[in-house]
Amino acid sequence: MKLRTAFLAATAIALTGAAQAEELTIATVNNGDMIIMQKLAPEWEKATGYRINWVILEENVLRQRVTTDIATRGGQFDIMTVGSYEAPIWGKQGWLMPLDDLGEDYDYGDLIPSVAAGLSADGKLVAAPFYAESSFTMYRKDLFEAAGLTMPEQPTYGQIAEFVEKLTDKSREQYGICLRGKPGWGENMAFLGTLVNTYGGQWFDMDWQPQIDSQPWQEAISYYVELMTKYGPPGAVSNGFNENQALFQTGKCAIWIDATSAAGRVYDPKQSEVADKIAFAPAPQAVTPAGSAWFWAWSLAIPSSSTKADVAKSFIAWATSKDYVKLVGEKEGWVAVPPGTRLSTYELPEYQEAAPFAATVLASIEATDPARPTKDPVPYTGIQYVTIPEFQGIGTVVGQQISAALAGQTSVEAALKAAQDYAAREMSRAGYPK
Amino acid sequence: MARKTSPTRQAVVTVAAWSIGFLIFLPILWTVILSFKSETDAIRTPLQVLSAPWTTASYAEVQGRSNYGAHFMNSVIISLGSTVLALLVAIPAAWAMAFQPGRRTKDLLMWMLSTKMMPAVGVLIPIYLMFRDFGLLDTRIGLTVVMTLINLPIVVWMLYTYFREIPSEILEAARMDGASLTKEIVHVLTPMAVPGIASTLLLNVILAWNEAFWTLQLTTSKAAPLTAFIASYSSPEGLFYAKLSAASTMAIAPILILGWFSQKQLVRGLTFGAVK
Amino acid sequence: MATAHSRALARLMVSPSVILLLMWMIVPLGMTLYFSFLRYNLLMPGMETWAGFDNYYYFIQQPSFWIALTNTLVLVLGVLCITVIGGIALALLLNQPFRGQGIVRVMVIAPFFVMPTVSALVWKNFFMNPVNGMFAHLAKALGFAPLDFLSQAPLASIILIVSWSWLPFATLILLTALQSLDSEQMEAAEMDGAGWLSRFRYLTLPHLTRSITVVVLIQTIFLLSIFAEILVTTNGGPGVASTNLPFLVYSQSLLSFDVGGGSAGGIIAVILANIVAIFLMRMIGKNLDA
Repeated sequence: MKLRTAFLAATAIALTGAAQAEELTIATVNNGDMIIMQKLAPEWEKATGYRINWVILEENVLRQRVTTDIATRGGQFDIMTVGSYEAPIWGKQGWLMPLDDLGEDYDYGDLIPSVAAGLSADGKLVAAPFYAESSFTMYRKDLFEAAGLTMPEQPTYGQIAEFVEKLTDKSREQYGICLRGKPGWGENMAFLGTLVNTYGGQWFDMDWQPQIDSQPWQEAISYYVELMTKYGPPGAVSNGFNENQALFQTGKCAIWIDATSAAGRVYDPKQSEVADKIAFAPAPQAVTPAGSAWFWAWSLAIPSSSTKADVAKSFIAWATSKDYVKLVGEKEGWVAVPPGTRLSTYELPEYQEAAPFAATVLASIEATDPARPTKDPVPYTGIQYVTIPEFQGIGTVVGQQISAALAGQTSVEAALKAAQDYAAREMSRAGYPK
Repeated sequence: MARKTSPTRQAVVTVAAWSIGFLIFLPILWTVILSFKSETDAIRTPLQVLSAPWTTASYAEVQGRSNYGAHFMNSVIISLGSTVLALLVAIPAAWAMAFQPGRRTKDLLMWMLSTKMMPAVGVLIPIYLMFRDFGLLDTRIGLTVVMTLINLPIVVWMLYTYFREIPSEILEAARMDGASLTKEIVHVLTPMAVPGIASTLLLNVILAWNEAFWTLQLTTSKAAPLTAFIASYSSPEGLFYAKLSAASTMAIAPILILGWFSQKQLVRGLTFGAVK
Repeated sequence: MATAHSRALARLMVSPSVILLLMWMIVPLGMTLYFSFLRYNLLMPGMETWAGFDNYYYFIQQPSFWIALTNTLVLVLGVLCITVIGGIALALLLNQPFRGQGIVRVMVIAPFFVMPTVSALVWKNFFMNPVNGMFAHLAKALGFAPLDFLSQAPLASIILIVSWSWLPFATLILLTALQSLDSEQMEAAEMDGAGWLSRFRYLTLPHLTRSITVVVLIQTIFLLSIFAEILVTTNGGPGVASTNLPFLVYSQSLLSFDVGGGSAGGIIAVILANIVAIFLMRMIGKNLDA
């Protein structure tokens, strides 16, 4: 039956010359929420008669492809998935099309204000938020109970270390903590950025001098390396968000500090073996609450060179609308709804019921303040990243160095020294302080 | 083969060869096995994996998520097209080098080979800019041309070593008989050269099929071959072993089968003139 | 002998290949050369300024350059050693008569057909993964702690993966060569009481020299530009422990988007590759002519 429909459809296309139907090429990252978008997109295709070509890539590769294309104006993509780091920078360069005309029923006022602000350049929205996240602590309440532990309302990293020690049982492949180790400014440095912040550190001081070998960095990174070496899973150096999520879902981690957007999937009994055994708490703190949880928004944007802007806008309006949220809820389950973008999502009774984490997530996203990310004042915005073009290179190299320390190939001190030297050199080449 | 071998020795050789062959083949075999298991079974211990029920669910999911047929066709067109193009350019060159060698022929060959050592990443941005200006990004033609250029040195060299083994006396004899150049090529040279050309063709189809830098950088969707298809399964969220192995199996199966069937032809020309 | 006419014809026949390859080399390489003298960050277009030899200076002076250079050599030599020695051993074995020769041969050559991305993904996930990989399961079953290959021994793991892909190629060529070895001569030597080792050393090995040369030459060309295997498995890490020269150029120009620096690295890599090519030509080209 299916085959016959497919065959008929194919014949119909061949006869009517549907090849003329406008095609959109969308580049996106292989995270769960995007896979759902791809699954549901035929609804939009049916309604509009357009076709979508999906390019789904791993985060680092996606970023490289998309950046190369937009910077050279290659025009290979009609819609790009960009983060809150790229959006303001690229918007300022004039690379992204303003998205202030997505239709009357788009309801801009419903977007969470801090998210919309993070995706704007010169006061105009340049990327529509698809899902947004902060970071928090997920843990296994069954293991905590068994060990006689209770998670405080606001944990500290000191307490986490104590818990983790008691919760690790390597003989049963139960690891006290899972944290990102895969190098990349959007991977391990996302978590480590918040860790350094809460230890009182910063990327640059007010004169744009890199601070990577400063005391707070040493303390934070030593803490991380020691904790992961003793209580983390093997192979942590190649674990990014997706790998850790798989470990947590299969019950191998007792505590996982990562994106709030993971909640929908670890609470989903279809995907997670531990769905009914999880609880959560805010991201731990050390010296200061400033910048202890990150802010990130994956969003959809149109390159300004696009020749199919109208179609692209129609898709973006669909995929980031209130109706899309409801569609996901109905088709994939309410727990899988893309979080962190619209206030109305959090008012849906179905979502509140299915997602016990909803209020916490909303609160932590609203609480993040990329403009004031650290204990001491800094010349930049961005919590786990710095919104200057040079940051990608520096963040990548620092991430690599720290992963070498995590793998035990170099000491923390040597790694941070090498990272500091690289950053200092890059910044002086780039002509800072500006 | 005429040598007599003791039964014990033969038994030892048989066991050794089979176990080594099995070990070398194991990664591929294991991938195929995993592709027929469910995601949760695929991460268990090897024995548990083997006893777990079989399913084709992963293939269905991979097929539902990506358009395998289109990627497959792109791979076929690009690898075959670039090989044929390269042969067209290379056959005359190799013929001339083999039968009319000059003082610089060797140097020329080595220079050609050295162009293959150029790291592709180093010239990505220039190529990307040129492709953009000529409207070649994400087109099969663009990728075919690049593949042709990349494999041309190997094609020339393989053909050259093969042609050189054709005894030139035969050509001279044909010339004495008054054969024209076209006749010489069509009736004398071609039949002798066919095995060499066939094996060059095979090797280059394989190389082009498996090329994984330019195919990823210069295509997005319309011209994306199987290497791009596999890239989208490299680290998906959640459990992905079964899906990854299904996608891997689908990506390598066509060329593996082609390779097995044409083994003999392939090997015949693979000697690069090393066997006299 | 060749007449002037036929020589001209020969030139004509060679020229399309030469011209195409020249264009392929010169046009992008020329642009790369030009970029390498610019301060050119892809994220800041329109801000290119002349940088002189700065990019070269920074590229060579960074500590990762020397590490990458060493890694490139280790990678090439490591894979060459494994595939040549393993290839000879395997060819000798497969050259013996035994049951099911055809099937074993099919199994042995299979890895050559597997695309590098797939082989890297397969090894990384299904075998070397320290939690769910087959090696980890085996180690656990035997009571050992699973080794985390890609972070504890990143370069060795990559050498293993690449060797697996290239071993069939070496084996095939060497096997073909072995099959052309004069078996009467062998038998005569055997009758004269020459031991296995001396027969191998004085008859087999000299016979294989040319084939080994070819294997080394072809593989070097491909091994110098290994990229996909590293990108998929270790991303050059941990730190820069498995970064080779092409990957360093990649991370400079496409992860940091420093096109100027990456281009300088590209030019340096081309120069080094050509040094290797000349070296090979001198050492090996002679051998091929013999």
